[in-house]
Amino acid sequence: MRNILAIAHKELRSYFSSPMAYIIIGFFALPFGVFFYLYLDAFVRQGMQMAEMGGSMNVNQQVIRYVLQNASVIILFIMPMITMRTYAEEKRSGTIELLLTSPVTDLEIILGKFFGALGLYVAMLLVTLLYIAILFVYGNPEWRPLVACYLGLLLMGGAFLSLGLLISSTTNNQIVAGIVSFIVFLMLWIVGWFADTAGPMMGTITRYLSITEHFDDFSKGIIDTKHVIYYLSLITLGLFLTAKSVDSERWRG
Amino acid sequence: MIEVQHLTKRYGRVTAVDDVSFRVERGEILGFLGPNGAGKTTTMRILTGYMPATEGRATVAGFDVFDKPIEAKRRTGYLPETPPLYPDMTVREYLDFVARIKGVPSSERVSRVDAAMRRTHVDDMASRHCGKLSKGYRQRVGLAQSLLHNPEVLILDEPTAGLDPKQIIETRDLIRSLAGDHTIILSTHILPEVSQTCQRVVIINKGRVVAVDTPENLTARLRGAETMYVQVDAAGQDVAAILARIPGVTRVEAADQRHDSGAYEVESERGHDVRRDIARQIVSSGWGLLELRPMRMSLEEIFLQVTTEEPAEGTADQQDTRVQGGAGA
Repeated sequence: MRNILAIAHKELRSYFSSPMAYIIIGFFALPFGVFFYLYLDAFVRQGMQMAEMGGSMNVNQQVIRYVLQNASVIILFIMPMITMRTYAEEKRSGTIELLLTSPVTDLEIILGKFFGALGLYVAMLLVTLLYIAILFVYGNPEWRPLVACYLGLLLMGGAFLSLGLLISSTTNNQIVAGIVSFIVFLMLWIVGWFADTAGPMMGTITRYLSITEHFDDFSKGIIDTKHVIYYLSLITLGLFLTAKSVDSERWRG
Repeated sequence: MIEVQHLTKRYGRVTAVDDVSFRVERGEILGFLGPNGAGKTTTMRILTGYMPATEGRATVAGFDVFDKPIEAKRRTGYLPETPPLYPDMTVREYLDFVARIKGVPSSERVSRVDAAMRRTHVDDMASRHCGKLSKGYRQRVGLAQSLLHNPEVLILDEPTAGLDPKQIIETRDLIRSLAGDHTIILSTHILPEVSQTCQRVVIINKGRVVAVDTPENLTARLRGAETMYVQVDAAGQDVAAILARIPGVTRVEAADQRHDSGAYEVESERGHDVRRDIARQIVSSGWGLLELRPMRMSLEEIFLQVTTEEPAEGTADQQDTRVQGGAGA
């Protein structure tokens, strides 16, 4: 546990001592803000019309949900930037030799790196809470569905990170790791698009595979164990395969 | 303290380390000598648990590096060929991180980091980023890193590479001062380094151990004959013929392409010091003696000799009965 924390702390520090963390957070917060503004603007206009007709609106369902769904796509673009250097850079610079010859297990190193990356991701999400805070100041959104949304984002991000870690562990070139991760994440997103046109059987399969599809329910404020298990098993699979990849690297030398 | 038995490492069809065996006793400094690609780094990487061996076993401080890697690593300090530094960390941050993952108790961490920095003379760079250090400082921070957890065994892969002469001397002194408390293996391709720091030498070539001995014995045994470099001021005289007449001298050759330089290589029988006789002869002939010195055998020559010696079998167990590994054994 101590070792995991030490490595996670080191990873997090290396993100924040280079411009990387700030670029990533900025790159995420900016489009997030644009989406937030557009949906909120539409919501306010619609709200005025609805008020004349005497209807009611739900800020959770009509603003937060859509903003976060769009955010999940930006996250997909950003995650490769977080994970690409995790292993690739250590292998290129030789610092992996320090980690692998220290009295820590491979799993501790992997979890340390995973939680380090997750730490940066959490920092990203924390920035978005500023926007949400605006909603609380001027309106009264419900906080319970919001918790579900952020839990969903956290799980989805974790799944991306663990896959990114795996891809980074297979190369010593961080650019390669970044590009491959990006393509894989993109595939995991667009595979869901086939769901509507494919047959009922393939439709179910492709919808199940799509990493962003599982976020839908979370964004509506629903915590479904089906999706929680999907994300958790994807995280476990990614970390497990990373362990295998590191181990096989060791044997091949 | 360190025991290596029949270690073999193959990468696909390439055999990097071939049936290497040796022992290092507690407190000893063992030099690992070999040309690039001889298998030094691979052997060290196996000992530090970085990679497993294809065959054979190795124990460090009583723990098998494969079966009990964590226990073995806890007792090993390792300086890889390229110091494993994180460029965006300061020296202190870096050493603090290493101390954490090496399992140094948090109460001792600050004092250990300070002590290691003082010992390796990097304390003046404590708040400098590792990426901005000169090669010499990087090497020494790497060394500091390996000492942090006060390991019983130190494995240093070319610890003096990239240092300037003054730093080389400091580093050698440091390594010598560490012996006794620590058991040290260091690799190098510089022969004087071995003779100045190590008690025993393992010469490795093409993955095989070709010789194990003390540096003195090794140089003496490998030399075979003594060679002197002589330069005299004796224009127009047949110096070579006169020097060759001295008892014990077996061969005299011009050391230079230009015959008028007066420089000669004088070879004599082994153990037969002919320096006095040469000097006397030169003085009595009325020539001017400009230079007279024994010629040291360079590593290249020793290598050529060791690696072409056939059969190499006798070499390994001639002097050192503790070693069973030798080439062809």
